[in-house]
Amino acid sequence: MMVLITYDVSTEGNNPQKRLRQIANACLDCGVRVQYSVFECEVTPDRWVQLQAQLFDIYDSSVDSLRFYKLGKNWRDRVEHHGAKPALDIYQDTLIL
Amino acid sequence: MKKLQNSLFITRQKSYVHKQRETIVVEQESEKILQIPIHAIKSIFCFGNVIVSPFLLGFCAENGVGLAFFTEYGRFLARIQGPQSGNVLLRRIQYEKTKSAPLDVARAIIAAKIVSSRSVLQRHIRNYGSQDDVVKVIGRLKHNLEQARVDPSLDRLRGTEGVAAANYFSVFQHLVRVENDAGFAFNGRNKRPPTDPINAMLSFLYSVLGNDISAALQGVGLDPQVGFLHTDRSGRDSLAMDLLEELRAWWVDRLVLTQVNRREIKARDFSQAVSGAVTMSESARKALLKAYQEKKHEEVEHPYTKEKLPIGLIPHMQAMLLASHLRGDLECYPPFVYR
Repeated sequence: MMVLITYDVSTEGNNPQKRLRQIANACLDCGVRVQYSVFECEVTPDRWVQLQAQLFDIYDSSVDSLRFYKLGKNWRDRVEHHGAKPALDIYQDTLIL
Repeated sequence: MKKLQNSLFITRQKSYVHKQRETIVVEQESEKILQIPIHAIKSIFCFGNVIVSPFLLGFCAENGVGLAFFTEYGRFLARIQGPQSGNVLLRRIQYEKTKSAPLDVARAIIAAKIVSSRSVLQRHIRNYGSQDDVVKVIGRLKHNLEQARVDPSLDRLRGTEGVAAANYFSVFQHLVRVENDAGFAFNGRNKRPPTDPINAMLSFLYSVLGNDISAALQGVGLDPQVGFLHTDRSGRDSLAMDLLEELRAWWVDRLVLTQVNRREIKARDFSQAVSGAVTMSESARKALLKAYQEKKHEEVEHPYTKEKLPIGLIPHMQAMLLASHLRGDLECYPPFVYR
């Protein structure tokens, strides 16, 4: 399943830089950064539960916000990209460096 | 059914690949060029001077990701392998059957190979009209196929296979449809080293596909080194080479022909050393790998299970079918024959 994860991390609270970095790292473990604070993660249901739990641990619910958009299996039909830096499709793009 | 995971090919020289948390990171001259979560990757192919960190080696082994090293020109060097997966009983049966009764599986594989070589030629005739030489060989292959079905021993079967392969490659040149094809002259199969561009491309892709098959066999718990048709040889993945036989013509040969005939790859992409060995340019190698990877996403109906699956999963499917046959769930091994 493809999940689009976006977040806002406040500059307030305890060590905001650290929360920001940790959230980005947790998302990178499952997917790719498509824009600042926007990640596309293609995950299995069990991996998804794990990722959610990680994110809930890191963020500060009184000042930060997380949004999950579940795009399902046929997400390729639902996403368009225009302009610079097209995102990598980690399962289907040919990875030849 | 399993999800088709991606393969990562690293052909840039002096790149450094390492682990960062749960991702694979590729760097060149300290600049990050790719970061990708490991769960999307099934195998990593390193060509030439690629440095892999020890942590990534362990991480790949833990996650069942195949990591293989090739020379810059695609000759296989080494593969790392994690703890052997699967059931030891299955491997015992494999050792036992490859020794005591290898003929049936070997026969199925050779029959499939001949049928698919023959369909490559038939397809050519359908598309571009009849050519006497090719028609003649199609007839001969039919005869070889009948022969393979009744060969009483493994040695006779290997003989028939050799004859069939020689027949097939004797007209392979006709399938190259590039005008002024001097650069793509093909006079039969040669290897170690290949001495013409077509052979260089075939060898290169056979080697890549062979490695994909090894990984698939490993994945279902079979031992890639002990084969039915190919005898044990130190360092050789004989069982992978067995399964490669059924897929060569249909997958690799057709792909190479398409690339040449569509002029995606040109004769000037190759250079010849004094020794006669032909090597591919980096751009040709990339073009070939790209075509190979893209083909993996095409879906076909599996001739036996009637299930639609991406071509990239066929090695996995064949490995599973072979395992079911060895366990006794399937009376015969159904090779991959696509018409």
